[in-house]
Amino acid sequence: MTKFIIRRLLLLIPILLGLTLLIFVFTRLLPGDPATTILGERATAENMALVRESLGLDRPLHEQYFQYMGGLLQGDLGRSFITNRDVVDDFLQRFPATIELSLAAIIFAIAAGIPLGVYTAKRRGTWVDAGGTILSLIGISIPIFFLGLMLKWIFAIQFPILPDSGRIDLVNYFIPRVTNFMTVDALIAGEPGGFIDALRHLVLPALALGTIPLAVIMRITRASVIDVLNEDYVRTAHAKGLRDRTVDGRHILRNALLPVVTVIGLQTGLLLGGAILTETIFTWGGVGRWIYDAVTARDYQIIQSGVLMLALIFVLVNLIVDISYAFLNPRIRHS
Amino acid sequence: MSRTAPDPEALLSVRDLEVTFGSGDRVVHAVNGISYDLAPGETLGIVGESGCGKSVSSLAIMRLLPKPAARVRSGSVILEGQDLLDLSDEEMRRIRGDQMAMIFQDPMTSLNPVLPIERQLTEVLETHRKLKRSGAVDRAVELLELVGIPAAKNRLRDYPHQFSGGMRQRVMIAIALACDPQLLIADEPTTALDVTIQAQILELMRTAVTERGTALILITHDLGVVAGMAQRINVMYAGHIVERATTDELYGRPRHPYTVGLLRSIPRLDEGRGELVPIQGQPPDLSRQIIGCPFADRCFNVLDRCREEMPPLEQAPSAADEHLVACWNPAEGERLVPSGFESELAS
Ligand SMILES: Nc1ncnc2c1ncn2[C@@H]1O[C@H](COP(=O)(O)OP(=O)(O)O)[C@@H](O)[C@H]1O
Ligand SMILES: [Mg+2]
Repeated sequence: MTKFIIRRLLLLIPILLGLTLLIFVFTRLLPGDPATTILGERATAENMALVRESLGLDRPLHEQYFQYMGGLLQGDLGRSFITNRDVVDDFLQRFPATIELSLAAIIFAIAAGIPLGVYTAKRRGTWVDAGGTILSLIGISIPIFFLGLMLKWIFAIQFPILPDSGRIDLVNYFIPRVTNFMTVDALIAGEPGGFIDALRHLVLPALALGTIPLAVIMRITRASVIDVLNEDYVRTAHAKGLRDRTVDGRHILRNALLPVVTVIGLQTGLLLGGAILTETIFTWGGVGRWIYDAVTARDYQIIQSGVLMLALIFVLVNLIVDISYAFLNPRIRHS
Repeated sequence: MSRTAPDPEALLSVRDLEVTFGSGDRVVHAVNGISYDLAPGETLGIVGESGCGKSVSSLAIMRLLPKPAARVRSGSVILEGQDLLDLSDEEMRRIRGDQMAMIFQDPMTSLNPVLPIERQLTEVLETHRKLKRSGAVDRAVELLELVGIPAAKNRLRDYPHQFSGGMRQRVMIAIALACDPQLLIADEPTTALDVTIQAQILELMRTAVTERGTALILITHDLGVVAGMAQRINVMYAGHIVERATTDELYGRPRHPYTVGLLRSIPRLDEGRGELVPIQGQPPDLSRQIIGCPFADRCFNVLDRCREEMPPLEQAPSAADEHLVACWNPAEGERLVPSGFESELAS
């Protein structure tokens, strides 16, 4: 097991190296550059050249890349070209907001997706199952920004029962930032009303972000439960005269959830991508919104290091999923 | 026999059991009205080629047929005076694993891969015997020792994949015996195992059921397997019981041409006489309506009548008591297997 983890961590190095090059090239392919953002469209050519020189953008691309890599190897992820703030500080300050949103989304996706998957699996071939399949297909293929805007339009504008943007009602609640998790900070501040309000702000973005993983989890659960229902050991469990709920939980779900766990991990990683769109639509002050703003401003350093950190987190989440999978599955644990 | 009342002495009486699969224009008639009795403590062999309805008829007794694919059209399954087919799902659940248990063919897939075997044993005891966890664990160790798992105590936390095929089937037997059932159904329990292991598992089952007085239904497509085990044998063909007799009588004086064919096709240990003679042809398609005897097309004794009317299962002419055969033109009852040979077949 330890060997497996070490091997996976070593594998990270080439992946991340390749990724840095990819993101670097991508940022330089964007039209415009940070100097334009800083000085505006109508700046003189001399001023532009001056700013570019001070940011090191006048040097050949390979030099810029090696300089960036040199910093990375010393653990320096650089500073924003525009605000000059440390990228890691900015990231850490915003990341809790993204985690909060992603957690809410994945909890919603799991809590609804697994029961729906089991329910439709046990009724396979009926119209309930057919309806579930159609809904999940829609859920998988609906673009996040469209769903987000629809949710916002229906539940925040047509029927204003939920807030349309932000993380908390800043007019009515003042919550000192401690952890940067709004729900947690509200509780620390002793503001139950603020806590509820923070939860209300979470609902729409979490629905928008959680719908794809919900649909994916539901489909995988359904397929997996159907496979397991036909297994001999399920027949054995019934032959033993076990109660239905024991057979369902201990024998069917425990086996059926093995592939689902992997999918949940993968979806959690992919949420980070969806978070960029969701945070943009709902003006949610997380990493996604931050990177979106950086792309708009051509803040190369934030894009490079921000995406790199997201990628690192994505890979680590997957590693954790693989490890927990091994713990759930004795056949792997013992090999 | 189908019209006779259930024998009050019997532990299990199956009457006119009929099972089909599917609906509409593709109905598979898997079991076509079978009837038999099983005495307490008796071992009954059910033999026949693969696809003849051995598993389906036994799963029907346990009420474990896949829903909604399978349908029990008619019949009754009377265990100790009560008809299992009349019970609610919950009443049936309480009987399963407690009064009647079943072992399946493939021990590789019949145990849950993600549960330690301890849990797979104790859950039966906790469900039916209301044992607390620690009591159940002690009993689990006893059971594993009983079925011959070495160092049983140290193996409780092991998972199925850490056992060999034979050991897994021993665990399955331990689970089946956990609540001391009156009836054990073993569906091809040794088919998936090595030949050397087969004999050990059969021996274990024989001692276990003899010591406890458990009635056993041993299903197999291999006549060699039941020879040394069963007191009585049902021969099945195309969803019918075509012959039923004591083991000696059946091996000694088979009457149904199908049984004769089966016995001729056993590899013989004494190669004095004859070669392996496989039965010609294929079993009929059970999704078609069959008129007359389903074996007629393959039969060496066939008459015109056989193609018109299904013969009833009746006492064979000039046979020892209870030798039933469903045939218009049964074989004379020549001795095919030398007497005393049955036990050799089993080893
Ligand atoms: N799930 C099923 N769906 C359709 N037909 C089935 C199913 N299970 C069994 N059958 C049919 O029932 C008949 C009897 O099968 P079975 O009892 O398993 O035979 P065996 O004697 O080999 O145990 C076979 O013809 C088989 O095709
Ligand atoms: Mg079978």
